[in-house]
Amino acid sequence: MDVQPRPTATLLERALPGEIATSDAALRQLLHGLPGVDQVGAEARAASLASRSIKTSAKAWAIDTAIRMIDLTTLEGADTPGKVRAMCAKARRPDPTDDSVPPVAAVCVYPDLVEVACEALEGSSVAVASVATAFPSGRSSLAVKLADTRDAVAAGADEVDMVIDRGAFLSGRYGQVYEEIRLVREACGQAHLKVILETAELATLDNVSRAAWLAMLGGADFVKTSTGKVTPAATLPAALVMLAAVRDFADATGRRVGVKVAGGIRSSKDAVRYLVLVAETAGDEWLTPAAFRIGASSLLNDLLMQRFKLLTGVYAGPDYFTVD
Amino acid sequence: MPDRLDVAKTYKLFVRGAFPRSESGRSYAVKSADGRWLANAAQASRKDVRDAVVAAREAVSGWSGATAYNRGQVLYRVAELLEGRAAQFTDQVVDAEGTRRERARRDVETAIDRWVWYAGWADKFAQVVGSSNPVAGPYFNFSLPEPTGVVAIVAPQESSFLGLVSVLAPVIVTGNTTVVVAAELRPLPAVTLSEVLATSDVPPGVVNVLTGRTAELAPVLAAHMDVNAIDLTGAPENVAELERASAANLKRVLIQPDDWVGDPSPRRMKSFVEIKTVWHPVGT
Amino acid sequence: MGFEYAPAPESREIVRLQASYGLFLNGEFVPSSSGRTFLTYNPATEEPLAEVALAGEEDVEAAVNAARAAQEGAWGRMRGAERAKYLFRIARILQERAREFAVLESLDNGKPIRESRDVDVPLSAAHFFYHAGWADKLEYAGLGPAPRPLGVAGQIIPWNFPLLMASWKLAPALAAGNTCVLKPAETTPLTALLLAAVCQQANLPPGVVNVLTGDGETGAALVRHPGLDKVAFTGSTEVGKEILRTLAGTGRRLTLELGGKAANVVFDDAPLDQAVEGIVNGIFFNQGQVCCAGSRLLVQESVAEAVVERLKRRLTTLRLGDPLDKNTDIGAINSAQQLAKIRQLSAAGDAEGAERWSPPCELPERGYWFPPTIFTGVSQSHRIAREEIFGPVLSVLTFRTPAEAVTKANNTPYGLSAGVWTEKGSRILWMANKMEAGVVWANTFNRFDPASPFGGYQESGFGREGGRHGIEAYLDA
Repeated sequence: MDVQPRPTATLLERALPGEIATSDAALRQLLHGLPGVDQVGAEARAASLASRSIKTSAKAWAIDTAIRMIDLTTLEGADTPGKVRAMCAKARRPDPTDDSVPPVAAVCVYPDLVEVACEALEGSSVAVASVATAFPSGRSSLAVKLADTRDAVAAGADEVDMVIDRGAFLSGRYGQVYEEIRLVREACGQAHLKVILETAELATLDNVSRAAWLAMLGGADFVKTSTGKVTPAATLPAALVMLAAVRDFADATGRRVGVKVAGGIRSSKDAVRYLVLVAETAGDEWLTPAAFRIGASSLLNDLLMQRFKLLTGVYAGPDYFTVD
Repeated sequence: MPDRLDVAKTYKLFVRGAFPRSESGRSYAVKSADGRWLANAAQASRKDVRDAVVAAREAVSGWSGATAYNRGQVLYRVAELLEGRAAQFTDQVVDAEGTRRERARRDVETAIDRWVWYAGWADKFAQVVGSSNPVAGPYFNFSLPEPTGVVAIVAPQESSFLGLVSVLAPVIVTGNTTVVVAAELRPLPAVTLSEVLATSDVPPGVVNVLTGRTAELAPVLAAHMDVNAIDLTGAPENVAELERASAANLKRVLIQPDDWVGDPSPRRMKSFVEIKTVWHPVGT
Repeated sequence: MGFEYAPAPESREIVRLQASYGLFLNGEFVPSSSGRTFLTYNPATEEPLAEVALAGEEDVEAAVNAARAAQEGAWGRMRGAERAKYLFRIARILQERAREFAVLESLDNGKPIRESRDVDVPLSAAHFFYHAGWADKLEYAGLGPAPRPLGVAGQIIPWNFPLLMASWKLAPALAAGNTCVLKPAETTPLTALLLAAVCQQANLPPGVVNVLTGDGETGAALVRHPGLDKVAFTGSTEVGKEILRTLAGTGRRLTLELGGKAANVVFDDAPLDQAVEGIVNGIFFNQGQVCCAGSRLLVQESVAEAVVERLKRRLTTLRLGDPLDKNTDIGAINSAQQLAKIRQLSAAGDAEGAERWSPPCELPERGYWFPPTIFTGVSQSHRIAREEIFGPVLSVLTFRTPAEAVTKANNTPYGLSAGVWTEKGSRILWMANKMEAGVVWANTFNRFDPASPFGGYQESGFGREGGRHGIEAYLDA
């Protein structure tokens, strides 16, 4: 997705992968030269946006939009083809009793279950995303990570969710982080790359901002908050910083990168808060599954329950929605 | 009208916001001032002390990290609940101390008002004790009180409610957490106070109350290396020994007997804070 | 298609508006002795809300006498710990009736419900909580071993934060052992009257708090009453000077909290997005009708264009409209009079050559509305850089160096507040030292706390409210 770059953008104009200096020192100057993030101010802004009151027609729109943006996820050691098939069935038809419920954007699975997912989603609009690069820790050699990526792509993944090397990032080896992203992007071919920052491990919002920029410079199509395996996973302040980063990156380079929030988003209220954040930080152009995703599992049923309440005026219970 | 048997209360320990029995399984008979059996209170062991200190330590970052306003609100809420139970506390003080009802009632009212007094200190203490210091150089220099951490309290043996409140409130209002050894022979008001704490907004682990033998429990706390300070008010006979044990990790020790009647000063609060001084250059 | 927020109105039902309100005198609601009344309006709709008693000289006399009797009687004899408990009660009831107060405040003042709910009401309760705790600790306030109350305080408050200003005045005065005669602003009497009802609910002894609703004449009559020991005024610098002249030679204690033209200084290393939030909060919170509003943006020239561009983009997400809609960011201007003043000064800005910009904004047909507005190309000599507009209008100026920022920021007879945005700690402290303002906000703006002293330098007034320093104003120490 391309937008008009601002005429006055200078520093990062046309900063496409491979065209910027990639030494640790050069990247450090670039990343540390970005405007800082005041933690207290960012948290206050996120909290203020979370107090928006989204009701009636706005809520209905938000619920359906959120459903369309879900990457329905299962990333457990105990996953089996059966589990994945059941989840895919729900992904293409979340509510068997109501055809007006839209399908989700994608499913998200481990690489060795991609083939199963592709088969189960044949003929639907639901994409198959695979985690890769020694998810969730990212602690493996580059060769292993690239092989992991190629496996997923070869098996049919439309999207790859990689993790950055947080150890390398925190020790200042920005060049290594950048290079890994660049190479994984290359290995993705036609598949889209989401880059997981694991914001909880980055610890500061300044780091979140810098990691997001590094990922975008490396060629990310999406920047993603978390693996969901570390607590806290997605948070509103981290998402705020990432949304500001993709907005500023689009201004500077003309390229629109998406944002995915993942982990810990269980209620419709949470999901709606993220949509408000998107609308008022990055803008309406990001309010589409092509630019915003929510990685979740139990959220879908809560959205269905809220949808039911809006349509009928009564609260349903968990027995009325499928558990897959 | 047939006689009605009342439902007797069980008196257990208060640790991490819950009421466990002693891990030792022991209890001891608590008698009224005039010799009647009142209840079997849990008799805490050294392992209970260990658990209580762990609970208190876990609660430090949350409680000391809360805003002063928040702590003041929580303490004020406790006062509201104490007020609601004033009659119950009065009964317990009469039983425990053998005082006349009107005197016990006045003590309870004094205790509640004293709790309110301390609650109102939460968001003012730093203004009175802290300072910005005019150093001779282009530096901004300020000093602030910070809670010392986990404070052990050996509660007064005689004044089982007013005395208890007077040693407990000043410790927690500034952000410390505590393990309290209740008065050995008069522990019941301390357990009822724990019930109030458990049902107000005091986070679990901020206050832990152990009933049992002072001679058994106080030395464990005095020697415990993860306790930052100790108030020895309730252990007058063994003070020297306990002070010696406290030296192992340089605990801050407070020995300040009182009749609990007169208005307090900020001294007890000051005893359990550390003063931190910060420098920062001033320049473009 | 964008995310269109549906109307999210807060219900008015919780407020039981009376057709008419009396003065609160000696613990009772009574008509004014002249029988005169006036109307208070909802500035968002221009509808009259209620009829309110208009206090005259005789009512002022009665109120001051009632306050005096209470001060020399029940209140003056009361122990601090008991006074504290009354104030704790009032704080608690304010929390319990929070929603009612928030809705009433938005109806009478025009400010968004989100602000009255999330800022005005909680801060008001907090003010009572904080000061309650001083009532029995005055000997520790650093003012001597036994500070005594002054006696009877006459307190006049403005229309921009009606409930909060009432709390700022009453709480410390009562904690210190004084009794009060409070005169709320003419356009916003209702929450002060509801607060009086709360005092009744708390069983506050009669005469301790008296509320005289009325107009400018009522306030003038109160100020010049010889029975007062202390006068506290928050309002315009012009009226503040009049009060000073009135009280000259009387020996009566006075504190004034007046106008401002605060500079919000943004350096090239500011955390940009948060600085933009701070600018927006600084001038558009409460529709800019704030004495400490950051009405002058002083932005370092090297980042001026980038900051203004981000600011303009941010302004497009501000929502102007029905104050009772929970998503409204910008409410109504408090009165036709104030709106006229804002328009007049903005026209001066145009005439003097500054460039005006507002985001596209639909103004409702009825009511008093002004869109969020920024003027760029402003210089120090422009009227919009010197005079307090008291509306949602920001004047943008530039500077090159820290010293120049200081010079420009201080180049005003006002001195209430200032903002500094930079990631460099030393520079924050250096600027804080140099700014001639009673409140300096670094990397934040418009933050208030009962523990934090607030007040101005020079023509922004004198005396402080809040904190240990604030209680001094009500004690004879």
